[in-house]
Amino acid sequence: MSQTSTTPAPATGQAPAPIGQQRGHLPRWAPWASFAGAAVLVVLLDLAFGLNIALYVLYTVVLGTVGVYALTRLVEGARKATDRLVTCLVVSAFGLAMVPLVSLVYEVVARGIERLDGEFFGYSLVGVVGEGGGAYHAIMGTLVVTALTALISVPIGLLTAIYLVEYGRGRLKQAITFLVDVMTGIPSIVAGLFAYALFALFFGPGVRLGIMGAVALSVLMIPVVVRSAEEVLKLVPNELREASYALGVPKWRTIVKVVVPTAIAGLGTGVTLAVARVIGETAPLLVTLGIVNGTNFDPFDGRMATLPVYAYYQLTQPGVPPQFAIDRAWTAALVLIMLVMGLNVVARLISRFFAPKTGR
Amino acid sequence: MAKRIDVSDLNIYYGNFLAVENVTVSIEPRSITALIGPSGCGKSTFLRSLNRMHEVIPGARVEGKVVMDGQDLYAPDVDPVDVRQHIGMVFQRPNPFPTMSIYDNVAAGIRLNNKKMKRADLDTLVERSLRGANLWNEVKDRLDRPGAGLSGGQQQRLCIARAIAIEPDVLLMDEPCSALDPISTLAIEDLMTELKERFTIVIVTHNMQQAARVSEQTGFFNLSGVGQPGRLIEFNSTEKIFSNPDEKATEDYISGRFG
Ligand SMILES: Nc1ncnc2c1ncn2[C@@H]1O[C@H](COP(=O)(O)OP(=O)(O)OP(=O)(O)O)[C@@H](O)[C@H]1O
Ligand SMILES: [Mg+2]
Repeated sequence: MSQTSTTPAPATGQAPAPIGQQRGHLPRWAPWASFAGAAVLVVLLDLAFGLNIALYVLYTVVLGTVGVYALTRLVEGARKATDRLVTCLVVSAFGLAMVPLVSLVYEVVARGIERLDGEFFGYSLVGVVGEGGGAYHAIMGTLVVTALTALISVPIGLLTAIYLVEYGRGRLKQAITFLVDVMTGIPSIVAGLFAYALFALFFGPGVRLGIMGAVALSVLMIPVVVRSAEEVLKLVPNELREASYALGVPKWRTIVKVVVPTAIAGLGTGVTLAVARVIGETAPLLVTLGIVNGTNFDPFDGRMATLPVYAYYQLTQPGVPPQFAIDRAWTAALVLIMLVMGLNVVARLISRFFAPKTGR
Repeated sequence: MAKRIDVSDLNIYYGNFLAVENVTVSIEPRSITALIGPSGCGKSTFLRSLNRMHEVIPGARVEGKVVMDGQDLYAPDVDPVDVRQHIGMVFQRPNPFPTMSIYDNVAAGIRLNNKKMKRADLDTLVERSLRGANLWNEVKDRLDRPGAGLSGGQQQRLCIARAIAIEPDVLLMDEPCSALDPISTLAIEDLMTELKERFTIVIVTHNMQQAARVSEQTGFFNLSGVGQPGRLIEFNSTEKIFSNPDEKATEDYISGRFG
C-alpha cells in the first residue's frame, strides 16, 4: 500500500499540517478482501484435512479478523486497527446470536409449510384418523383464551400501574412493587397449578375450563403489563400533569385525559407484547384446559384445545402412522410463531401511529 | 375579574425543610408584581403556594394565610382544584399538551373539565385567547396542527393563551421568558401590559430590566445561606426598588454586588 499523495500546499507559503492527516489509507474493500482471502485459505485447509461447515465458518471468521487487524495496523495505525477489530467482534457476536433464531425459523417453516393449507385452518380433528384434519379448534381456542386473558389482565395491570405511578406512596407501594416482581418470576406451571387448585375447590378435582386457562395466563400476564405500563407512565413528563392541575383539572381527570393519552402508544405496545408473551404458554394450559378434538367456543364449559397444547399432543401422541400428526404439530408451531410475529408487528404499528405528533 | 391577594405570615415547607419563611405581602389587582432574587431563594416556591400548586409535591405543605378578596385559600373547606381555576399559571418551560392540537390546547381548560360549551362559543373563546396571547395571526391557518410543532416562543404564548382561556382572576408566571429570544420576550412583555387590564399578574424573573420595564411592584427575595429559608427582604414600588431601595441587600443585588 502506498501513501496517499498529500494535497498541494496553499499558495501562501508554509501551511501547518492539517488535523487528522492519516498515515495511510486502506481502500474500502480491503476488509472484505481479507475475509475472502481467509475463506480461500480455509478451503485449502479443507482439502488437506477435511472440515465440517461449523469449523469452516469459525476458521474463516478468526483468520479474516486477524488479517483485517494486522493489515489496518500496518497501514492506518493502532487506533483504526482497534476500531476494525471491535467492529469484527461485534458483527461476529451478532451473527452468532442470529444462528439459533434463523435456524429455528428455517426449521419450523420448512417442516410446517407442508400442512399450511386451507384444511388446516378450516377443520378440527373430529373424526380424523391419520391423514388430513386441522387445527381450527385449537386456533379458535387460543384466540378465545388469549382474549379472555387480556380482558382480565389489561384492566388489572393498567390500573395497578396507574396506582403505582400516580397515587402509590410508602409501604403499600413498596409491597405491591415487590409482589409484582415476585409474580414476574413465577414458573408458568405453578400458575397453572394455582388456577387448577383454585377451580378444583369449587368444581371438584378433574375440572377443565377455558376460563381456568385464562386465569392461569393472567397470573403470568398481569406482572408484565404492570411493569411495562409503569415504565411508560413514568416517562410522561411531570410538567404535563402540572399544566393540567394549573388549569383547575382534578387529578383523576388529569390521569384519564392527559397522562394516559400521552402514554397511549407505549401502553398499547406493552399490552400487545404481553399478549405475545403468554399466547405460546403451554404448561399452564396443559393442566387447566386439557385437549379436545372438537371446537369449543365456550370458555365456561368443558375442555378447549389451544395451539401449544395441540402441538404438544400431536407430537407426543401421534397415533399410527405418526407422520401426519407430526406434520400437524409443526404447522401448529408455525402458526403460533406467525401469531407472535403478527402481534409484534401490531405493537410496532401502535407505537408508530399513536405516538404524539410534533409534525410542523 | 382581577382580585387582590393578601399573604400573611406564610411559611412554606418541603417535608421538614423550611424553604420560605414568614412572607407577608399584599398583591394589588390590575397590576404586575415582579419577584426577583438569587437562585434557590424560594421565588417559584412562593409563587406556587399562591394557587396551591405547591402541595402537588409529596410532603410539601404551607402554614399561614393567603387571602384572595376576603376568601382564605387555605381554609379547610376550600378545594385546591377550585383555587386553580381562579388563579392560572404559566411555567418556566413551555408545556403544551403533546397529544392535542393548537385549538385543543387552548380549549383544554374547558374540555378537560368537561364544561359544556357550544362549538361556536368555544371557537370564539379560542380565537379571543389566542389573540390575547398575540399568537392568533401566526397560527390561525393551522389550528388543527399539534401544539408541540410550534417554536419555543410560540409554545410559551400558546401556554399563556391556554391559561387565560379559563378567565382566571390572577395569572402567575414563573420566568415565562427565560427560554425565549428578545423578540418573543418583548411580545410577551407587551402582552403582560395588555393583560394587566383584566388580570392580576405576578411574575418571577431573573431579568432586572424586565422587572423594571413591566412591573408596578417588586418584591426581593433573599436567603442568608445554604439550607436557610428564603425571606421576602423588601417589597416596594418598582421605581423605588430600582432607584432608592430601603434595604442594603436589595441595592447590592440590583447593582450586581451580590454574593
Ligand atoms: N421539589 C422540591 N423538593 C424539595 N426541595 C425543593 C423542591 N423544590 C425546591 N426546593 C428547595 O426550595 C428552595 C427554593 O427553591 P425554588 O425553586 O423556589 O427557588 P427559586 O427562587 O425559584 O430559584 P430559581 O431562581 O433558580 O428558579 C431551594 O432550596 C430548593 O432546593
Ligand atoms: Mg424558580
